[in-house]
Amino acid sequence: MLRTAPSSGHVIPKAVRVAGMRLALTGLTLAVLFLFLIPMVYGVVTALKTDNQISKTGAPWWPASERTFTYEGKEYDIYKVPIGGEIKEWALYKKGRKSSLFIDPQNPDAGPIEWEGSWRQLDRVWEPDPQWSNFPEAWNTIDFIVLLRNTLMYAGITTFGAVLSAALVAYGFARFRIPGKNVLFMLMLSTVILPGAVTLIPTYFVFLQIGWVGTWLPLIVPAFFSWGTNVFLLRQFFMGIPRDLDEAAMIDGASPLRIFISIILPMSTPALTAVALFHFFWAWNDFFGPLIYLAGHPEKFPITVGLTAFNNLYSQNTNLIQAASLISAALPVVVFFLAQRVFMQGVVITGVEK
Amino acid sequence: MAIAPDLSGAMKGASVTLRRQKLSRLEKKEMRWGLAFLSPWMIGFLAFYFLPMIASFFFSLLDFNPAVPDQARFIGFDNWRRALFQDEEVWLSFIRTLHFSAISLPISLSFAFFLAILLNSKHVLGKTLYRTLFYMPSMIPLVATVLIWNGVLNEQTGWINVIIEKVTGIQATGTNGIRWLANPRLVYFAYTMFGLWGIGNAMIIFLAGLQGVPTELYEAAEIDGAGWLRRLIHITIPMLTPVIFYQLVLGVIYSLQYFLAPFVLNGGTGFPEGKTRFYMVYFYKQSFTFFNMGYGATLAWLMFIVALILTIILFGTARYWVYYAAEER
Repeated sequence: MLRTAPSSGHVIPKAVRVAGMRLALTGLTLAVLFLFLIPMVYGVVTALKTDNQISKTGAPWWPASERTFTYEGKEYDIYKVPIGGEIKEWALYKKGRKSSLFIDPQNPDAGPIEWEGSWRQLDRVWEPDPQWSNFPEAWNTIDFIVLLRNTLMYAGITTFGAVLSAALVAYGFARFRIPGKNVLFMLMLSTVILPGAVTLIPTYFVFLQIGWVGTWLPLIVPAFFSWGTNVFLLRQFFMGIPRDLDEAAMIDGASPLRIFISIILPMSTPALTAVALFHFFWAWNDFFGPLIYLAGHPEKFPITVGLTAFNNLYSQNTNLIQAASLISAALPVVVFFLAQRVFMQGVVITGVEK
Repeated sequence: MAIAPDLSGAMKGASVTLRRQKLSRLEKKEMRWGLAFLSPWMIGFLAFYFLPMIASFFFSLLDFNPAVPDQARFIGFDNWRRALFQDEEVWLSFIRTLHFSAISLPISLSFAFFLAILLNSKHVLGKTLYRTLFYMPSMIPLVATVLIWNGVLNEQTGWINVIIEKVTGIQATGTNGIRWLANPRLVYFAYTMFGLWGIGNAMIIFLAGLQGVPTELYEAAEIDGAGWLRRLIHITIPMLTPVIFYQLVLGVIYSLQYFLAPFVLNGGTGFPEGKTRFYMVYFYKQSFTFFNMGYGATLAWLMFIVALILTIILFGTARYWVYYAAEER
C-alpha cells in the first residue's frame, strides 16, 4: 500500500490513535455493561436490606441499619446534630418540640446535652448492616428445597429424554437414505416455530381424560419424543463426523445401533452437552406448562411457578422477593460460568447454520 | 443436502442386475433402520403436533368446557364469528401485542447487534469477559428477571428512578415521578427493558455472524477509502441480513406468544388500563380461567393463522433485503 509519509505535526501518530480508540471503545463497553447490570446490583443490595430501610426515605443505597446507643439500659436513636458548625452523632435522649436532650455516645458520663431545634429535621446515622439472614429466610419461606427438588427432577428427567430422543432422530436424519426425508426434515423444523397454543387445548383435554393433569407426566412424557431445535443441532454435528469411521465399522459387521452407540455418541460429546444444557435450562425456566398442568398442586410446583406464587403473597417484602429471585438464578448462572464455551457454540450452531 | 451414504462405492464390480437387487435390499434395510431412528420424532409429531392441531380445529367448532364434557355442543362457526366480529377484546389484545413487538423487537435486536459490533471490535480490551457478563442475565429464569426489574423500576424505591433524579434533577421518584409499570405510555418500554436481559443468544449469534464476514471484503473497502460507517452499512449489515432475518422471524413468532411478564406482575389483569392484556394472556384467560376451551381453541387457531401470515409476509420480503452469499456459489 502506498502512503505518503506524514509531512507535518498535524497527523496524530498511529499508536496514539489506536490507544485513543481503545480507551474510547473499552470505556463505552464498560459504561454499557455497568448500566446493563445495575438491576443485578440492585437485586443483591436490596436482598440484604431490612424492610424498614426499604420503606424509609433518606436511607442510604447500601444495606444499612440505623445506629442506636444504649444508655442506662435503654436504646436511643442516633442523629446527626449540627452544632457550632460541626456535625455531631448524638443519641436522642428526650424529645422536645423546640429543644431536645441528647447524649454524646463518646462521652456519656457528661449526661444529657440540650440542643435547640426540632429533632424531626435531623437525619439518622446509618451503619452498614447487611441482612444475610434474608437469604435463609426467603429460602425457608418459599420452601425452596421442595421447589428445587421438583425443578431438578423435571429438568433432569426431561433432559435425559430430550437428549436421547434427539440423538436417535438426528442420527436417522444425518445418516440414512429415507424417501421423503427432506420433507420430513422441513416439517420437523417448522414445528420449532409453531405457536404452542394451537396444539395445547386438545393435548390438555386428553391428559385430563387420562388423569395426568395435576401430575408431572404431561410435562415429562413429550420430552421423550424429540424436539426440533435439539434434533437440528445434533444433526448438524453428526453430519460433520467423517463417514469413514461408520463405514469401516459397517464392513466389520456392526449394526447401525452399534455404530450410533460406539462411534457417533462418543464423538459428539460437545454437541450432546450443549443440547443437554439447553434443555436443562429451558426446563428450569419453563413456566407455562407447569402453570397449566400443575395448577392447584403447590407441592409439585417448580421454581418458576413457586416464585410467582411467592411474589403474589409477599409482594410487600421486596428484600425477600429479591433474595428468592437471586436464589433461583444462582444455579443456572454458576453452571453457565463453568460451561459457557460449549454453551455458546451450541447457540451459534442453532442460530447461524440455517 | 447430500446426506445419502455412499454405499454404491462398495458395490463396484458386481454385475448390473446383481447390484440392483442387492442395492434395493440394502436400501430397504437402510430405510427400515432410518425409520426406526426417526420413529420417536414421527410418533411425537403425530401425537403432539399433527393430531392435536386437527383436533384443535374441531374443538373450535364446539361449545366446550372440560369440567362438563357431556354438555359439549357442536355450534359450527359460532366461535369463529364471535372471535372475528363480536369479541372486541380479540382485536384489541392482538393490536396490543403487535404494538408491543413493534417497540420491543427493534430495540432489542438493535441492542444485540450493537453489543455484537462492540464485542467484535479489535479495539475493545477484555472482550471475552464482557461477552460472558452480557450473556449472564439470559441465564436467569425469566420469572426472576421480571421480579428483579420490577424492583429496580419501582417508582418510589427503584434505582432507575433514583439515578435519573440524581443525575438530571427531574423529580422521578414518588407518585408524580416516572411510573414505569403504571403509566400506559411507558409500560411497553419497561417490558422491553426486561427483554434486554434475554438478548444473550441474539448477541452471540450476531457475533458469530460478524466473525464469519470475509476479511477480504473489509480490506478491499478500506483500500477504496470506505470509512467505518460505510463499511458497516455496505458490508457488515448486508452480510448479516440472513442472521437478522432469522432473529426477526423468531422474534415475531415469540412475541405473539408473550405471556410471562404480564402474568407474573399483575396476574393478567392488563394493568395499566388493559395495556398488558396481550393475545396470549387473553387466550389463557378464556381457556384456563373460564375454561371456554372451544373458544380457546378458536383463539389458538387464529394465532396460528396470524403467525403463518406474518411468517409468509416476512419470507416474501426476504428476497428484497436478505443477502444469501451461498446463492452465488
